[in-house]
Amino acid sequence: MNVLEVPINRTIDARGSYCPGPLMELIRAIREGQVGDMIAVWSSDSGSRLDIPKWIEKAGHRLVGVETRDGYDEIIVEKLR
Amino acid sequence: MQRIVVLGGGVGGTLVANLLVRKLKSEIDRGNASVTVVDEKGEHIYQPGFMYIAMGNEKPERLKRSERSLLDDRVRLEVGRAAKIDVEKRTVSLDGDRVLDYDQLILATGSRIVPEEIEHFETEAHHFYGADAAARLRSALDAFNGGRIVIGIAGMPYKCPPAPLEVSFLIEHELRQRGLRKKTEMHYCSPIGRAFTIESVSEMATPILEEKGIELHTFFNVETIDPERKLVQSLEGEELPYDLLVLVPPHRGAQVVVDAGLAPPSGWLPTDHHTLEVKGHPEIHALGDATDLPLSKAGSTAHFEAPVVAERVAAAVRGRQPHGKHARYEGKVMCFFEVGDGKGTLLQFDYEHPPRPPKPNRLWHLGKIVFNKTYWHTVPRGRI
Repeated sequence: MNVLEVPINRTIDARGSYCPGPLMELIRAIREGQVGDMIAVWSSDSGSRLDIPKWIEKAGHRLVGVETRDGYDEIIVEKLR
Repeated sequence: MQRIVVLGGGVGGTLVANLLVRKLKSEIDRGNASVTVVDEKGEHIYQPGFMYIAMGNEKPERLKRSERSLLDDRVRLEVGRAAKIDVEKRTVSLDGDRVLDYDQLILATGSRIVPEEIEHFETEAHHFYGADAAARLRSALDAFNGGRIVIGIAGMPYKCPPAPLEVSFLIEHELRQRGLRKKTEMHYCSPIGRAFTIESVSEMATPILEEKGIELHTFFNVETIDPERKLVQSLEGEELPYDLLVLVPPHRGAQVVVDAGLAPPSGWLPTDHHTLEVKGHPEIHALGDATDLPLSKAGSTAHFEAPVVAERVAAAVRGRQPHGKHARYEGKVMCFFEVGDGKGTLLQFDYEHPPRPPKPNRLWHLGKIVFNKTYWHTVPRGRI
């Protein structure tokens, strides 16, 4: 279980990848996933904290939360459509 | 006998082979080392010229030379497709039952376009990632009489990141010259939240888009093309009608490295940022488009990586440590960027230092033209 205590269907470990790598990984997971899936992105790129929530809003999904963990951020997204 | 096999005769493969035979001249002359380049067609293509075919300033025949003519005489050339890499046996199998043993393998296998991954791409969208496609785009531009032009990116990463912006600026300039600009709407679609991946370049390019009246659509990840309604639709739910659609096709790495278990399905080889070793395989190096490095997929990247790979492989052959200024790669890339109206700028950066593009001027545009013309005599032969 992650820090937000949400059951996760898929975790993308994009640590070490630079912008736009984590976002592109999330987009791939959204394309492959089912509506209702909870997807966690782990990113060590500080830009992801800004870019990914903006993309989630534009794409019509739900930002469940962003948590800072040990040297990276965990961003949790629910696929809504 | 140390056998070095280089897969791919593009910028990276050709340059690294030529640099290696210089470094290992005495070993090769004594028969203690060999350098073999494997290239599918035995032709070297100058891909940055494709964009200029689309803009009507270049001819396909000027972008092609025989690979043999660019290689030092000490480099062996095998023309054929590398069908299989066996990392356990350290062999590369070519079509036609030829098998090459290697002690050091250099993967310069580049990237390939896969337009077929998006339905209707090949019949609806134009691009400039091949000589024939660029010529078709030229014909479409010649036939264009005003309407809506949509330019976008249908998958990341892709070759030459500035190219779709450059093409947008150059098309806009052409339309003004032809008196069609007022009859044309132009739209530029970026998959991310700004015009370009690197923030400083985005900050330079965004005002130019505004000044030229090209509407920027961010977070536009091409999902489908509707040929009936002439619409391109994004994953994010936006749709744009077009009369002329220009899309960078999706790209993948070489299938042979995926089949060998060296790369994930995307084909981009997990590569150490500084040693350029393929992770987990100290006897295999990668350079150019083939890697998963967070850098531009561009000939320039391969150009600056090649001396590092040559130094490290030569050191391994001689049983010494790599030394000198090419012992490690620091992510250096340098490329020109056209902004239209006969002007250009320069992007120069590395892992630690983002580009600070100078104000666009005529000099950098001319620099790009001169570089393109002199390429054959300089880069592949290691003269600059």
